[in-house]
Amino acid sequence: MSTATLTPDAISYVCTTVRERSAIELDVSKSYLIEARLAPVARSNGFDSINDLVQSLRRQRQIKLEAQLVEAMTTNETSFFRDVHPFESLQKTLFSEFKTRNAATRSLNIWSAACSTGQEIYSIAMHLREHFADLASWKVQLVGTDLSDDVLARASAAKFSQIEVNRGLPAALLVKHFQRSGLQWELKPEVRSMARFMKLNLIERWPPLPVMDIVFLRNVLIYFSPETKRAILEKVRRVMAPNAVLFLGAAETTMGLDAGFERVQVGNSVFYRLK
Amino acid sequence: MHALIIDDSRAIRRILRRIVEPLGFSVLEAEHGQDGLKKLHEHIETVELILVDWNMPVMDGLQFVKALRADPAIRRIPIVMVTTETEPAQMARALMAGVDEFVMKPFTVEILTEKLALIGVRTPTVHASGQP
Repeated sequence: MSTATLTPDAISYVCTTVRERSAIELDVSKSYLIEARLAPVARSNGFDSINDLVQSLRRQRQIKLEAQLVEAMTTNETSFFRDVHPFESLQKTLFSEFKTRNAATRSLNIWSAACSTGQEIYSIAMHLREHFADLASWKVQLVGTDLSDDVLARASAAKFSQIEVNRGLPAALLVKHFQRSGLQWELKPEVRSMARFMKLNLIERWPPLPVMDIVFLRNVLIYFSPETKRAILEKVRRVMAPNAVLFLGAAETTMGLDAGFERVQVGNSVFYRLK
Repeated sequence: MHALIIDDSRAIRRILRRIVEPLGFSVLEAEHGQDGLKKLHEHIETVELILVDWNMPVMDGLQFVKALRADPAIRRIPIVMVTTETEPAQMARALMAGVDEFVMKPFTVEILTEKLALIGVRTPTVHASGQP
């Protein structure tokens, strides 16, 4: 899929449509968000680019496609500790399990695929600092990937608006791990430096990745066709260590798509373990 | 089940009331910390949540929290500070004094309900995760 820059016409169309259908105001400065949210919608509907999708909508009213566009743009943005359950299972079972399992190498690799502006991988970093004993003597690699250069730049900068840190982030962690930077909140270097970011488009050729123990691929597969979901899950499996675990979004599953995973429920949390 | 809302701004009290009433709380309102302590003592058995501003006349939010947490006769009721205060050092002071969570103004319904879920406030209409 082309990653051509959004045309002013496409941005204008998306902003107007979203405003008329949802009363949510987007502006041109949110073009990174439009790119990140609508690229999967364009792709799953067979368009080469978001610009092509918008041109198609301008030519002919397509109610279903328009609804997908609005939904993608208005779904909650990523937030810190989004859906607390995966973080509960990390704390209650998985951190201690991997601590034992990887004791020989003292290494732990975690991947946030489609990491957007970084809240998920930084939540994991803070969670490790709070709940993974002897962290300093382990080699921990936290990798965030996304297809958008703009969101990756924002993720690397690790600066968040007040609204973003107001959402889902416990105040105790805010005052411990962030500092004010003008009107924004900046992650302290010791947390920011735990994560690195790379460009990766799930449906294209992947750059080399470390062998992963834990993969977060949440709220991504929903945008793809069953064939593409299968292809992505197979590629994900190939970068996972034996017994590694995969977290998907609450509305997603590997069942019926990939027999290489086993569904595991711990409390309210569900994850998929490599068989 | 009561939520005690303490804020000198009638407009903010009204906004908070509109958020927490649909969650199943009956609302008590107070204009400052001293008024809040009085209302709390009047309904000590039924208050399950306190939303308190920081900067108020007579008794500010931090003084209210300190007075409340210093009284061993009062059980630990969850306190959320809803404030324009955004200095990390100040926020840390309030957490040390016994505030459970912060909501920085401006805020949305989602932000407040997520914060309530974070501190385990049970509401009839909010999922445990606070996320849709």
